[in-house]
Amino acid sequence: MLALRTPGLRLALRRAGAANTSSRLRPFQSLAPLQRSVQTQSVAPAASEAILNAQRLRRPSSPHFTIYQLQVQMYMSIVNRATGGALSAALYAFSLAYLAAPVVGVPFDTAHIVEFVQTLPEWAKYGAKGALAFPFAYHSISGLRHLTWDLTKMMTVKAALRSGYVVLGLSAVSTVGLMLM
Amino acid sequence: MSAILARARLAPFKAATVARAISSSSTRAANPAPPDGTPPQKEPLMKQFKIYRWNPDEPTEKPKLQTYEVDLNSCGPMMLDALIKIKNEMDPTLTFRRSCREGICGSCAMNINGTNTLACLCRIEKTPKPAKIYPLPHMYIIKDLVPDMTQFYKQYKSIEPYLKNDNPPEKEHIQSIEDRKKLDGMYECILCACCSTSCPSYWWNQDEYLGPATLMQAYRWMADSRDSYGAERKEKLQNTFSLYRCHTIFNCSRTCPKGLNPAAAIAKIKLELATE
Repeated sequence: MLALRTPGLRLALRRAGAANTSSRLRPFQSLAPLQRSVQTQSVAPAASEAILNAQRLRRPSSPHFTIYQLQVQMYMSIVNRATGGALSAALYAFSLAYLAAPVVGVPFDTAHIVEFVQTLPEWAKYGAKGALAFPFAYHSISGLRHLTWDLTKMMTVKAALRSGYVVLGLSAVSTVGLMLM
Repeated sequence: MSAILARARLAPFKAATVARAISSSSTRAANPAPPDGTPPQKEPLMKQFKIYRWNPDEPTEKPKLQTYEVDLNSCGPMMLDALIKIKNEMDPTLTFRRSCREGICGSCAMNINGTNTLACLCRIEKTPKPAKIYPLPHMYIIKDLVPDMTQFYKQYKSIEPYLKNDNPPEKEHIQSIEDRKKLDGMYECILCACCSTSCPSYWWNQDEYLGPATLMQAYRWMADSRDSYGAERKEKLQNTFSLYRCHTIFNCSRTCPKGLNPAAAIAKIKLELATE
């Protein structure tokens, strides 16, 4: 078999085989028509593109969020985004309500709000303060971490994980501090 | 046998250890050798592999996980060995890409037990917990574990990943040792797409965000002292999507099978764009 790889020899063998079919070279010839189980067809480039496009339309997208192992980093990014959105939404809602209250005649001014908060039980006051303080503390401290990254500092997986735990610890402490104020 | 002889020539001590190990294997194995001289058999250690399957010939069928049981004692140590064993011995229709089996070609990138990695560099854990193998996340699937990489390669092409210099020197393009060092940790990328497809931002904005792999290569050419198109390269990234969809989640650096740090490269681009 190896000999067949020598350039020109294959042709010579074929000629020899054609000239003398009873020669000892016949076993080589019998190897020629190797059957394949799958047959290919050649198509024009335009037609092949159509086949490819038809296939592309049917391809499923592989699973992502549902199968990827969730990391601390992913949770922290999600929470950072959520707290930022919640704080903005709260600010907009409060400011717009404050502006619109006199127009629609709802008593929503500083005096009324202070009066309303005074009537609340202790747990509701702490709960509301915590609900505002945590997003504020977490989002602010995460923001500082992002600024550090923007200076290309602490840009390794280990350092990022460590700074993540620092952010979580600091925001817990600040949340409690703000609640007690 | 030739391997043992070669080793004997190079390190006689090591060869002696091998020979001793061979002669004493029958006494040390869990099962003593049968008297007729056949080698001792290890107890089969079965592990389940749950593998994502989808066949383009039956496009209406939903993708599903198919379970295979492999005896780890008759299988190589890596995930790729298990995949090849399954394909050879159980199910020849199982389709996946592989080539070098040593982590340099990047073909066998896939999601194994929730993390993107190269199957050839990922050891099979000898625990009863089934191994779950999915294709790279949020990619169009051609078949089973084979994703369509067209978009990924197009994005790589779009950053013009080659040296661009209008006034090349007559002879060698000389670079100082310090300047060459800046490329370490970036040129080693094998474009396996593990990092890009681990990035949630890339999942949601694949059409416009370039992704960590491409961005690190973009920086690789910005950081090259021989390249004179740094300003143009930066200009191309100066928009909301190409670069700034990176929110520093670090999935890219955590998953990189070559231990590179695309997140740091992206941070450096951001700093250069901000300070120019």
